[in-house]
Amino acid sequence: MTRAFAQHLGVLRAVLRRMFSSKLAGSLNILVIGIALSLPAGMYMLLQNAQGLVAQLSGTPQISLFLNMDAKTEDIDRLHKQLAQHPAVAGVEFVARAQALEQLKQGTGLSDLISGLQQNPLPDAFVVHPKPGDAQSLDALRGELAKLSKVSEAQLDSAWAYKLEALLKFGRLAVLILASLLSLALIAVTFNTIRLQILTQRDEIEVAKLIGATDGFIRRPFLYFGATQGLFGGIMAWLIVAASLLLLNRQLGALSQLYASQFTLHPLSFGDSLSLLLFSVYLGWLGAWLSVARHLSQIEPH
Amino acid sequence: MWLIYFFKMITFNQVHKRYPGGYEALKNVSFDIAEGEMVFLTGHSGAGKSTLLKLIAAIERPNSGSVLVNNQNIGALKGGALPYLRRNLGIIFQDHKLLFDRNVFDNVLLPLQICGFEHRESGKRVRAALDKVGLLKREKSNPIALSGGEQQRLCIARAIVNRPSILLADEPTGNLDAAYAREIMAIFNSFHQVGATLLISTHDESVLQDSGVRRLVLKEGVLQ
Ligand SMILES: Nc1ncnc2c1ncn2[C@@H]1O[C@H](COP(=O)(O)OP(=O)(O)O)[C@@H](O)[C@H]1O
Ligand SMILES: [Mg+2]
Repeated sequence: MTRAFAQHLGVLRAVLRRMFSSKLAGSLNILVIGIALSLPAGMYMLLQNAQGLVAQLSGTPQISLFLNMDAKTEDIDRLHKQLAQHPAVAGVEFVARAQALEQLKQGTGLSDLISGLQQNPLPDAFVVHPKPGDAQSLDALRGELAKLSKVSEAQLDSAWAYKLEALLKFGRLAVLILASLLSLALIAVTFNTIRLQILTQRDEIEVAKLIGATDGFIRRPFLYFGATQGLFGGIMAWLIVAASLLLLNRQLGALSQLYASQFTLHPLSFGDSLSLLLFSVYLGWLGAWLSVARHLSQIEPH
Repeated sequence: MWLIYFFKMITFNQVHKRYPGGYEALKNVSFDIAEGEMVFLTGHSGAGKSTLLKLIAAIERPNSGSVLVNNQNIGALKGGALPYLRRNLGIIFQDHKLLFDRNVFDNVLLPLQICGFEHRESGKRVRAALDKVGLLKREKSNPIALSGGEQQRLCIARAIVNRPSILLADEPTGNLDAAYAREIMAIFNSFHQVGATLLISTHDESVLQDSGVRRLVLKEGVLQ
């Protein structure tokens, strides 16, 4: 262990001792920072999940064509041919009404209900896979297919995904604004904490300057304090987000059982977690640096 | 005696110091102190003794003239070089400037921490300095629990722990009785023996009488 490193460790130890010399005050600061950071971090996590969902659903847009109940086999064959030759269509599948009912029975928890039905309420249908295109061209295709004869309805399955995508864009902006504002608040909290520390350590700073301390030596403990407080605040924020996720997922688990589908929220990725911690360390350091730059020069020995 | 021209430690050259507000604390002060010399600085209260010592440590700056320490012009010193000048000085302040938020040991440790001494080495040095001033048994006490004379000796321990080549003492025997004052002068003498340069301000005539030590006398800011 080099001498310089040992010195830095010594400063860090002193900083930790000071941070928790008053357990309540130190913990409160960390809690405030943690809550402030957990809000944008948590929202970001939800957005990431929604984003994943959108990607999953809109990755393979489909158009479902529901036929009239009176469609005959010839109508179906004619439509099949027409669709297969359409330049904007990549592929097409026919789903007979009996097959659709069977799928519905197995795919959802509604088998009892379906078994009780007198007759099959479902129409025949085509699942059309369009060639890749943007939301507008897909919508135009849907409109065109809806006008074909014997087609009662054409439904673009990814339409809501596109709407969600637009909503997500808005959400991301909201998170960005929130994160910026709370970052400023965090810097302000650290700025003030360090200001108070400098005031209470006025004598020590003055004496240290008189016996040959460099500015770096005097600045160091305050910067370390800001960075360490930021780190603990970041860890606190991560824990808050992780705990909320656990609660939400338990609730989601109950919901999924009802709908017989599997959906759980994913936690912050390793990279995102690391970014959160580094960012909070940086903010704490910055707040301390600003405070030190502002207040340390005012203490000149006499 | 010619050696002084080769080994000047402190040089004042026509130094003027005027405080904000216009008061002239030092007027045209010039003198030399050689390496290893011990000098008393005397004069009435308000004569400018503290001001003169502060100029050497660059706590105050001269308005004109030059102050040289170890051949470095203090007035021209860049901000970044100042800490390294001060590490070479041991200063005993008139108002002590002890830190009451830590014990005796840690007060003496501070200069070594600032210079980046290794943990084990600095512990040894602190105890050696405390031993020299007779405070080894009080290392765990808070300075506030010490008597006036003990606090003064603690200041000396902090000033010498870094083994500076120059020691500046501002009225170190100020409010002490004669026995304490003699003790403290004995410590300075032992430091002088090992080759340090000392400048000690005092208005305590009892300390001055028997010694054959050189005196600089200030009167209303003018060197006599
Ligand atoms: N910071 C200051 N601002 C204005 N005047 C000062 C300041 N420090 C000292 N003085 C004045 O300068 C004169 C010399 O002070 P000082 O050097 O402390 O004298 P001594 O140490 O010999 O008692 C005094 O008249 C004092 O009032
Ligand atoms: Mg004085």
